[in-house]
Amino acid sequence: MSNKTTVTAEPGKQELFITREFDAPRELVFKAHTDPEIYVQWVGPHGMKMTIEKWECRDNGNYHFTHERDGKTYAFFGVNHEIHAPERIIGTFEFDGLPERGHVIMGKTTFEDLPGGRSRLVHQSVFFSVADRDGMIQSGMERGVTDGYEKLDTLLSSHQKQEPGT
Amino acid sequence: MDTFTALAEPTRRSILEMLSTSGNLPATDIYRKFKASPPAISQHLKVLREANLVRVERRAQQRIYYINPEPMKELEKWVHQFSAKLEERFQSLDTVLEIEKQRLLANKEKEKK
Repeated sequence: MSNKTTVTAEPGKQELFITREFDAPRELVFKAHTDPEIYVQWVGPHGMKMTIEKWECRDNGNYHFTHERDGKTYAFFGVNHEIHAPERIIGTFEFDGLPERGHVIMGKTTFEDLPGGRSRLVHQSVFFSVADRDGMIQSGMERGVTDGYEKLDTLLSSHQKQEPGT
Repeated sequence: MDTFTALAEPTRRSILEMLSTSGNLPATDIYRKFKASPPAISQHLKVLREANLVRVERRAQQRIYYINPEPMKELEKWVHQFSAKLEERFQSLDTVLEIEKQRLLANKEKEKK
């Protein structure tokens, strides 16, 4: 696939950047980030049931969602600082499962149009400490290893099979 | 101390940058480049040694510091795995976007009729 995900995390810094291009205009990619019905279809880790508890998609609105697997629930919450369609989302993000509060992430996602009906997403996350950032990258890695690619293939093909009915 | 905690401190990062530029440096030269006292810098060097980011060789009365790039590669590995994880998520988004595009097209067709 030509659309490659790029992650930039310089050692010793409190930020990371994620860049990805899509074969869809930015309006649509923005909508996939803000419409809860579409959001649940792609954001959850594979094999986890995602439930949106609260979704105030506007400036100063709150959100709260959970991922569930094998009876274990992982909750995430935050505040949307700015929802500027179709170009920018700024907000906070926190995992509600750490021994202490305060490990908040500030995120900015921008959507730019590219020629040929394509678009580019650039996400910047800023963490309170370098350890917070590295911990996030590390936990992403651990899940990546356990999830495995076979599951992904099965899920992607089942998504595609659902297509005619939608 | 782990690599990332060691790297989180600006003085220690400057020391590593100096070492990566010059390859190796006597401890006395490193002390001279900072306003902080030699004991303070010495503490930073200790942390870097413990995190395996530098190694030291004794030459006569001198202690020569060398950079050890191996631990840096660990972060690189993590970032790579993290990208792979995100890529899974974005591929799901690709599928969802494709469905949305077709739905919009179908709606337009309906409007025409």
